[in-house]
Amino acid sequence: MNTESNLLRESEVDSETAATASLPETQPLYWSVRRELWENRWIYVGQLAIAAVCLFGFLISIARWLARMHGLATTNPAKYWETVALPYNVVAGVMMVTLILMSLFYSADALYSERRDRSILFWKSLPVSDLTTVLAKASIPLVILPVVTIAITLATHLIMLLLSSIVLPANGVSLASWWKGLSIVQMWGLLIYHVLTAHALWPFPAYCWLLLVSGWARRAPLLWAALPVVAIAGLEKLVFHTSYFAAAVGSRFIGAGAPTAFTAGDMFPTDPMTHITPGRFLGAPGLWIGFAVAAVFLTAAVRLRRYRDPV
Amino acid sequence: MSVIEARGLRKAFRTTVALDGLDLRVEEGHILGLIGPNGAGKTTTLNAILGLTPYQGELKVLGCDPWSQREQLMREVCFIADVAVLPRWMRVSQLLAYMVGVHARFDRRKAEGFLAKTSIAPNRKVRELSKGMVVQLHLALVMAIDAKLLVLDEPTLGLDILFRKQFYDSLLNDYFDGSRTIIVTTHQVEEVQHVLTDLMFIHHGRIVLSCSMEEFEARYAEVMVKAEHLAAARALKPIYERQVLGRSILLFDHVARQKLTALGEVRTPSIADLFVAVMGNHAGAAQGAAR
Repeated sequence: MNTESNLLRESEVDSETAATASLPETQPLYWSVRRELWENRWIYVGQLAIAAVCLFGFLISIARWLARMHGLATTNPAKYWETVALPYNVVAGVMMVTLILMSLFYSADALYSERRDRSILFWKSLPVSDLTTVLAKASIPLVILPVVTIAITLATHLIMLLLSSIVLPANGVSLASWWKGLSIVQMWGLLIYHVLTAHALWPFPAYCWLLLVSGWARRAPLLWAALPVVAIAGLEKLVFHTSYFAAAVGSRFIGAGAPTAFTAGDMFPTDPMTHITPGRFLGAPGLWIGFAVAAVFLTAAVRLRRYRDPV
Repeated sequence: MSVIEARGLRKAFRTTVALDGLDLRVEEGHILGLIGPNGAGKTTTLNAILGLTPYQGELKVLGCDPWSQREQLMREVCFIADVAVLPRWMRVSQLLAYMVGVHARFDRRKAEGFLAKTSIAPNRKVRELSKGMVVQLHLALVMAIDAKLLVLDEPTLGLDILFRKQFYDSLLNDYFDGSRTIIVTTHQVEEVQHVLTDLMFIHHGRIVLSCSMEEFEARYAEVMVKAEHLAAARALKPIYERQVLGRSILLFDHVARQKLTALGEVRTPSIADLFVAVMGNHAGAAQGAAR
């Protein structure tokens, strides 16, 4: 009797430890992304700071902006709406340049800093695979940074709208027609679409290249990432007198290279003339070739992380 | 059950051979001290065991192949690789939350209990802590993991003697329960002598001595030989002889104590003394032959 109950209790304990000993597969990934955000707080602090500067600029220029609009309202309606949308476009543009810079510097540092400060030895002492770690780091330029940028840009636009709504009626502009003419919802839709296509999906292989080099370089990963690009571009120019490679790489970074995402050549997302073509974008071979290249870079980065010692 | 089993472990770097056919077997519930001079292959051995470096030869740790199954292995193995590997930007509270998130066997309350005995506040960043506190923190994290194997590579390097003593005390009192296995490498051999159950000397990538501490005490004897007995003592073939304050101290291996007590004062040597003797013999093998 006694031994039986003992056995029972033991098996109970066993199943208990077995239950607690396995975590859901996705949990290490979730915590790995969280720790990236803890380590790289500048990802959102920097964006917020830039947004604050933009707001400040909008505030001090609001009077001049109003004066310009007054003059145009009757003489040139087309130009008038352009002027109305201008500050919103400028803010969106500035935030996107910030996004590109942050993705660039984050990716070039991601697998380098953990080797430089030797903390890789701590991370590797935990049951988190190299694949999980690399995927968590790759998700920052692919998902986290674009989403943060969109959220902060929209919030900034919202504050600007509120400020305009206070100032405009006081200056005799009809708020109703202004709202209608600005078509903010369409603007935001285009903005979100533009960021996701041109600044997340399209340049993803370039960021994966930086991740890979950051896991390999003993110093100055950004430099090491740039050198082969410059070398290949130079070689192509000398031998074939062409610059396809440089153009291809450049398009990935600047985002102007999501050429299939819009019908119009002009990439500014809030241009009312642009029309989104998600089907064409997703169907373009360039996008999928880019993903394939990204997968190769990430696989190499995972393997490299297994072998690489601290710097 | 053996926790670690290595056979013919080899690892060569570009110019040097770090592991030269190393054989190793560590049983469950033992505290093994892996002692060796700089560059003997200690850290390489530990790195191979932890899946941090590829190797040739056979190696099983808790039934896993460490190189291909590191992630799985790390659920039951934990290690302190060096004093300064905790990420310096991280807060103590973040570390605890992260450990709970990724490690199924981590017990947050236990870790907080250990930390409560120190002066480490949860909102502090690692970079704000002193070297000793970082080690305390790391030890608290590691001791809160219900692991089968704990690997410590020079865990107390650069710490003052108080921290070092505390470190091994809490390891023995709060962590070791007889079923866990611990491997430790250190240069401060005197301080681990009373902690270890087993001892291994490693030199040029091979194990040159392997014994339990009981064996060690039974096997080796150090005699402070009186001058008149020196010739008789040397006839018993000591493995090492040194002079301290004008007196000869001879180290014997496998010589009956009764024979030795007649020659002078007999005591168990320190690990450090044996280390010097064994390493001296290995290094000076050529010299000795010439003499």
